[in-house]
This record gives sequence, structure tokens and C-alpha cells, in this order.
Amino acid sequence: MYVIPLLGIPPQVLFGQLLLGLINGAFYAMLSLGLAVIFGLLNIINFAHGALYMMGAFCAYFLLNVLGIGYWPALIVAPIMVGIFGMILERTMLQWLSGLDHLYGLLLTFGIALIVQGVFQNYFGSSGLPYAIPDELKGGMNLGFMFLPIYRGWVVVFSLIVCLLTWFLIERTRLGANLRAATENPTLVRAFGINVPRMITLTYGLGVGLAALAGVLSAPINQVRPLMGADLIIVVFAVVVIGGMGSIMGSIITGFALGIIEGLTKYFYPEASNTVVFVLMVLVLLVKPSGLTGRAT
Amino acid sequence: MTVLTDDILPTSGRAVRDEMIAFAVMAGLLLIVPLTGVYPFFVMQALCFALLACAFNLLIGYGGLLSFGHAMFLGTAGYVTAHALKVWGVSPELGILLGTAGAAALGVITGLVAIRRQGIYFAMITLALSQLLYFIYLQTPFTHGEDGIQGIPQGYLFGIFNLARPTTLYYVILAGFLFGFLLIYRTINSPFGEVLKAIRENEPRAISLGYKTDQYKLLAYILSATLAGFAGSLKVFVAQNASLTDVHWSMSGEIVLMTLVGGLGTIFGPVVGAFVIIAMQQYLAGFGQWVTVIQGVIFVTCVLTFRRGVIGEIAHYFRRSL
Amino acid sequence: MRLHGISALLAATALASGFAMSASAETIKLGVLNDQSGVYTDLSGPGGVDAVRMAVEDAGGAINGNKIEIVSADHQNKPDVGTSVARQWYDQDHVDAIFDIPNSGVALAVQEVAREKHKIVIFSGPASSDLTGAKCSPVGIQWTYDTYGLAKGTGAAVTKAGGDTWFFLTADYAFGQALERDTAAVVTANGGKVLGEVRTPLASPDFSSFLLQAQASKAKIIGLANAGGDTVTSIKQAAEFGITSGGQKLAGLLVFLSDINSIGLKTAQGLELTESFYWDLNDETRAFSKRFFERNKKEPTMVQAGLYGAAKHYLEAVKTSGSTDADKVMAAMRANPVNDFMTKNGKVREDGKVVRDMYLFEVKKPEESKGPWDYYKLIRQIPAAEVTRPIEESACSLVKKG
Repeated sequence: MYVIPLLGIPPQVLFGQLLLGLINGAFYAMLSLGLAVIFGLLNIINFAHGALYMMGAFCAYFLLNVLGIGYWPALIVAPIMVGIFGMILERTMLQWLSGLDHLYGLLLTFGIALIVQGVFQNYFGSSGLPYAIPDELKGGMNLGFMFLPIYRGWVVVFSLIVCLLTWFLIERTRLGANLRAATENPTLVRAFGINVPRMITLTYGLGVGLAALAGVLSAPINQVRPLMGADLIIVVFAVVVIGGMGSIMGSIITGFALGIIEGLTKYFYPEASNTVVFVLMVLVLLVKPSGLTGRAT
Repeated sequence: MTVLTDDILPTSGRAVRDEMIAFAVMAGLLLIVPLTGVYPFFVMQALCFALLACAFNLLIGYGGLLSFGHAMFLGTAGYVTAHALKVWGVSPELGILLGTAGAAALGVITGLVAIRRQGIYFAMITLALSQLLYFIYLQTPFTHGEDGIQGIPQGYLFGIFNLARPTTLYYVILAGFLFGFLLIYRTINSPFGEVLKAIRENEPRAISLGYKTDQYKLLAYILSATLAGFAGSLKVFVAQNASLTDVHWSMSGEIVLMTLVGGLGTIFGPVVGAFVIIAMQQYLAGFGQWVTVIQGVIFVTCVLTFRRGVIGEIAHYFRRSL
Repeated sequence: MRLHGISALLAATALASGFAMSASAETIKLGVLNDQSGVYTDLSGPGGVDAVRMAVEDAGGAINGNKIEIVSADHQNKPDVGTSVARQWYDQDHVDAIFDIPNSGVALAVQEVAREKHKIVIFSGPASSDLTGAKCSPVGIQWTYDTYGLAKGTGAAVTKAGGDTWFFLTADYAFGQALERDTAAVVTANGGKVLGEVRTPLASPDFSSFLLQAQASKAKIIGLANAGGDTVTSIKQAAEFGITSGGQKLAGLLVFLSDINSIGLKTAQGLELTESFYWDLNDETRAFSKRFFERNKKEPTMVQAGLYGAAKHYLEAVKTSGSTDADKVMAAMRANPVNDFMTKNGKVREDGKVVRDMYLFEVKKPEESKGPWDYYKLIRQIPAAEVTRPIEESACSLVKKG
């Protein structure tokens, strides 16, 4: 077989790393998408996102082990449950911060994250709980250049669909248009007879639900651990900033792109693979101050 | 950024008098600490963090710039001082000087990059830069990775003062803190400080008045970095170790927390905030696994109920500037 | 009975009351300093504190009429918090000995505080062999295990059993690198070959990329020179990517029972690892573990079991020496052989290392397991001499070279 060496590495390895990067990118995309929705429409920097992602995974675990509800229903039930939790947070706390500086929202959600993670840690310890891959998605395919677990393939496809649906909902539907209008000028939108506070609450619920959905998706891959989101949140923040704060498409594209770049770094300079995102962030912000696709603020 | 800080009353005679009284009370209380039986190491640690928070507050409270990477100055100065004392065997004053200079140099380099952006982007770029630095410190051999540098000799300051004696060390740290604090106080009330406040309130207008705002912001940033580094160097003598926790982003978050709890943009707020947070870390350590939950609850309460911080609320209640 | 203070006054008081135990009933204070809210909570945490409490209860709660008290704290994995708690305990709260301290960074920092205050510290949680090597202390003891023993135990056994080509997944920090270096030396010494390694950043959420590189190396053994969450993730994803079913074997260089419990046998089966304790080894270990389980609803890890043994040995030394003076107690601890449910004829060496046997285990297949917590089968009991750094190789300055 004739192979062209690319970048000095065998193509099998290259394809493998690219594909794995894409899979990780799927998680970044979904998490940063939720963050971007919340920031873009509510102006809240949601530091609790990682904790809510973790709650999604735990939710799936409980559904399975306590109620006997499997993976497929959990994909819908867990995000709704966590979404409701998020809406309660919004109604009881975040609501009071509207009109204040971003910093307060960030600090409040950071506090919430600490509480949620602390409580889970007290009850479930630090090393976490196992969650099995659903039977339908077990096993793997030999792609020639690598062994691809079917579940990972499913993650990429599914999250891509979810991302595009969310983008469509916000940028291309009437509901989304109302939502965007409400953030620009709430008084005017209220004059049209739209319940703005309820809409904002629902939007926060949507963003949180996306985080929880990512949590359910990752449960079979990663251990269900109280601190699983804490490790991830800073990277996801960087993705949102690189993509342009609040930009939906920017987050999706950056999420996937970062996954790929990280994947390549893992091969060429593995030590730096957790840091490469910050190098990118500095570079992007220097060249393009409001992120890749950000609107000028 | 205006909502961050309560209105700063114009510097009137009364305000200056209030501040002088508050300063005298603070300095007086701190001076007698070793006589009271309060554990001096706790106060020393808190003083280092208080200075750090004050340096941070200079940037956010008066310059309107939220840095989310201030731990990098604390950690850099700490590593440089620790290395100089332990490996090169330099005297304490030279160690502090080297550490502070290291932080200042880092302030110049990162400042040139970060100062070009504002608001949330400024916060994020400082975060990114500090993460890069974290990576560098993890990789370079002289920091000994996650083990850190321990058992740092304290030595004799100026060849006379034995820093291994807790009382001597306490007064040296206190002197360092008061020096830094007064420097910041002086800066805030200087013409330079007034320009900074003008930039915070309305940058375009400051520009149109002919101020080179970037230069002012850069200078404030470097000053803040240097003082944060000074705090980091002092901390080495107290903790006798330098580790990666001091460069980690969660440390930067803690600095923000201290300043917020005490009161953003107030002169004494960061000091109170630092004491509260360090006391929490120290005394909550016994609560074991509930530490993070308690911290979270305090965060939430603070943001929801007294947003101006402890000092800010008091000042607001008495309509004074503190 | 308060020990050498920092000032002459305190020292004088200490001298005057050095043997004052019978005169006035004073308390003997033990401090347990460990991680109770972070990644190392499960391997010790509150369970570790309870293990010390069990030892105190078994000693009757008092020695020669002096009450024994326990204090505990969470070091939050921050050297700063660890040292300031330790300093305050020794200085203000008159704690006589500190126990546990998982997280080598915090442990090394506390070692220095203990050295300065000349008070005893007994490590059960941290792995770094530097604690009894270059950074050893006359008042520091490493009780349960160290990186040297883990590397020797797993490395030698696996290589001799035919696993002669290795690829390392190494956590990119001092601990991981030390573990890799020590294991690689053992592998080569036993005729094996190291084909490569990849340095993974701490707390990587995804190991698949690194695992693929390990797979491509065609090494028979993939050595996991990491700990905690990193180990769990790499084992889990190795199973997912069909690496373990593809014929390559994993060797865990630092794996605790709590890790296996959280991964589950299905995923972890076949993993080889070294520990100094397992609850189901013999009647004695089962008896202790049964008591521990009733109180904590978990089987003890080796760190928790070690804490019981360490506290017991310490209290016995206080009893025989009739003092809590650090030097006297250390002398008694060195003189008395260590004997408890997990240790037979152990010895506290001059560099502070406890010489003890270790055990090589293999994780059972799900069908071999008879119930919850039935996870390991014993492959070999490794004599202490094989898993302890020979004293003549020690970098410890306390070791008299002759």
C-alpha cells in the first residue's frame, strides 16, 4: 500500500489522532455551546457549568442504578432534571444579579459550583462510580488505521446534531429571534406581550440542559466523579473566549477545532496538550480582540 | 465597570481623616499581635495575602481591570526568592529584591500583551498567560514540579535580624506589609491615581482629554504585579516553601474572592477580606470534607446579600470612604 | 511533657516535665492530616482518621492515665495549608505526632516543619521515596509504602513472568517521572526492554490518544506511572479501546483498592499491582477489616490499614518509653519490632523507612469474585528485602556510611 507520510508521522497515527481529537472536540463544543447560550443571552458567565455537567452524569447513574432507567431515556430525562435544577437556581439567585457587572455572576456561580461539588463529594467520594456503555453501542469497528469504539463514533454524530439544532433554534427561529431581542432590549420586548423573565429562565435551563446532556454522554467514557467538571471548566471557558463570547457558531467550531489541535499536540508534545488551548487563546485575542467570530462589544 | 465599586467620595478632609484613623487602628492592632497570644503565623500569612489582595485591588478597584492571573506574580516571586535563598544562599533582603524584580519583569512582559484588551477579555488573557506560566513552572527543573521547594532557610535580614525567630519575622513581615499598603494608598491618592479612576469611569473621555491611557494602565499593571510579587517573596519566609499551588488559577480566584469579600475598590477591604479567607482556610481545615461547601455558601451569601463587601457595606452605611 | 520548644523557656519546661506523665494527667495528642475534599479522599480521608481512632480505642483511650486525643484536618492538597496546620498543631495545640499526609508535595513540606520543631510525623499516604531518601528526617517515618517498593514489586514480577517489553504512560510531574524511572531500571535489570513512554499532563480527561500510542508501540506491558483519577481513566479507556482484549497487559504502578472498587472488575480484570495490604489476606486482616467495615461501610485501603498500625506502634512506643519526647519515642519505635495484623516483624529503619513485605496481586475476573470487595488474588508475597531500597544505596544523610 502506498502511503504519503504527512508531517513526518505515519498516516494511520495521524488519522487516529485526528479522529480522537474530533471526539473530544464534541464534548468541548457541547459544553461551550451551553456556556455561550447563557452568556450571549443572559450575560452570565456560568462558572457552575462544570458542576452541572457532573450532575448530568450522576443523574444518569442514579436513573440506572436506583430506578432502572437505562441510557436512552436518561439522554432525555437527565438534562430535563438538571435543567429544572438550573431554572430554580436562576429564579432564586441569578435573577437578582441582572444589570450588575459580569463579575458577580461569575462569583455566584463559582460558589454554587463549590457547594454542588462538595455535597456530591461528601456522599460519593472522590474516585467515582462506573457507568457501562449501553449494549447497543458496545464493541468497536476496525477502521484500518485504528480501532474505533462504536460509542465514540456515536458521541461525535449525536453532539454534532445537538449543536446544529441549538444553533438553528437560536439563530433561525422566531423563538430565537425573540430571545435575542429580549436581551438587547427587554422593555421593548415585554411591550410586545412576551414574558421576558420566563424566557430568560428557560434559556438558562436550556444551557444547563446542554451541559447535563454532555455529562450523560461522557458517563460511559469517563468515570462518574464529583470533580469531573472542575477539571474541564477552564478549558471550556477558553473555547468560548476563542470562539467569541456569546457566539453560538463560534463555540461549536472552536470546540471541534480545539479537540483536533489538542489531539495533534498529544502526539507531538504530549506534555503541553492541556496548555495548548491557552497559547491559542492568547494568540487569537491578540490578533482578533473579540474572538474568532465575536461581535464587537 | 462602574457598578463594581461604590461611589468613591471626593477626597475631602473628612475622608482623609477617616482613613488616617482607620489606618492607625489597623497598624496599632497589628503591632500588638505578638503580645496577645494570637498565633503569629496565621497573622503573617494573612498579611502576605492582604498585601497581595491590595495590589490586586489597585488594578480592579481603581483601574477597572479584572486580572484573573495574579497568582503568576505571587508564584514567580516565590519561586525566585526560594531558589535564590536555598540554592544560591543569598541574604534575605537580596532574595526579596530578586523575587520582586522577577515579578516586575513578568509584569512588564505580560502587561504589554494584556493591556491591549479590556473587560472580560482582559480577565481571560491574564488567565491564559498565567496558565502558560503554570506549565513552564511544571516543566522547569528548578521548581521541582509538584513537590515544590521546601525547607527554605530564613537567614538574617541585613545580617542582624534573625528571621527564624517568630516575633522578629512577624515585625519584618508587618513592616513589609505596611510599606506596600502605604505605597498603594499614596498611589491611589496621587494625580496618577486620579487619572486611573478617570480611565475606569470613562476611557474614551480620558483619551480625548489627552491622556495616553494605555501607558497609565500599563504602569498600574506593572505596579500591581510588583507589589503582588513583593507579597509572594515575603510569603516564602513565612511558609518556607514555594509550590505550584501558588501559580494555579484557583489561587487567582482566591485573590478575587478576598478582595470581593472585603470590598472592591475600598482601601481597607482587601485586608479584611484576606484575613477572613485565610482564617476560614485555617479554622475550617478541622471541618474536613465540608470545607468546600462552607466556602461556596459564603461566596453565594456574599454576592447575594452584601455585594460591597464587609468594608464597603460599613463605609456605605456610615457614608464614609474607607 | 511538652517537647523541645523554640525558646529556652519552653525547653526548660520540657526538661522539667519530661517524665511528668505520672505526676499530672496530660493528654497525648495525635493529629491526622489528610485530604478530605479532593482526589485522595477515598484512599484515606475520614476512613484514615477512623483507623487512628480505632488504634486509640484499642489502647484503652489512655496511656498511664494520660488521655489520648485525636485532631484531624483537611490539607486541601495545598502545601501552604498543610504546613500552617502542622505548625499550629505542633506549636499551639501541642500535638505530639502527625499522621498520614497523602500528596507527596504536602508531605515533603510538612517533613520540614516537623524537622524544625523536632516532632514526630508518620506518613502513610504519600508515595515519594525521597521522604526516606534525600529528604529524610530523624523524626519522620514512612510507614506503608513508597515508590521504590511499588516499582520493584510490580516491575520485577511482571518482567520475570514474560512481560519483557514495556511502554509507559507517565503522569507528567515529579512523582510520575520517579515511578517511571525506578520501574524502567527494574525492567532493564531483569532483562526487559522499554520501548517508549508518553508524558501525560495531570488530570487529562481523555487518555485514548496516549493509549493509541502505547498500542502502536506493540509493547507487551503498558505501565501506568500515574495515580488516582489518571489511573482510573487510563484503565477504563484501555478497556474501551480494546487494548486489554487485544493482548497487551496493563501494570498499575500505584493502584489502591478504592480505585478498583470504583472502576469495577469488568474493566479492571487482569491488572497487576502491588500493595502492602489487602483485607482478605488472612484471618487477622479479615478480623480488622470486618471491624473497619462496620464503622465505615468500606473495606480499608492499605493507607487506612497502615494508619492503624502506625498509631498502634506509636502509642506502644510512648508506653514503653514513658514519654512523648520525640527522640525517646523514635528510639523506642526503632527498637520495637512492628507487629500487627498487616505487618510481621517489620522494622523502622534509621532513614525512617518501615521495612515490610509487599504483595503482588492480580485483579480478579468478575466470575471469580464471590461478592462485593472480593477483588484481588494473591500472586506472590514479596519479601521485604526485594522491595526496600538497600540501606547502602540510600541517599539519606542519617545513614552512617561505613
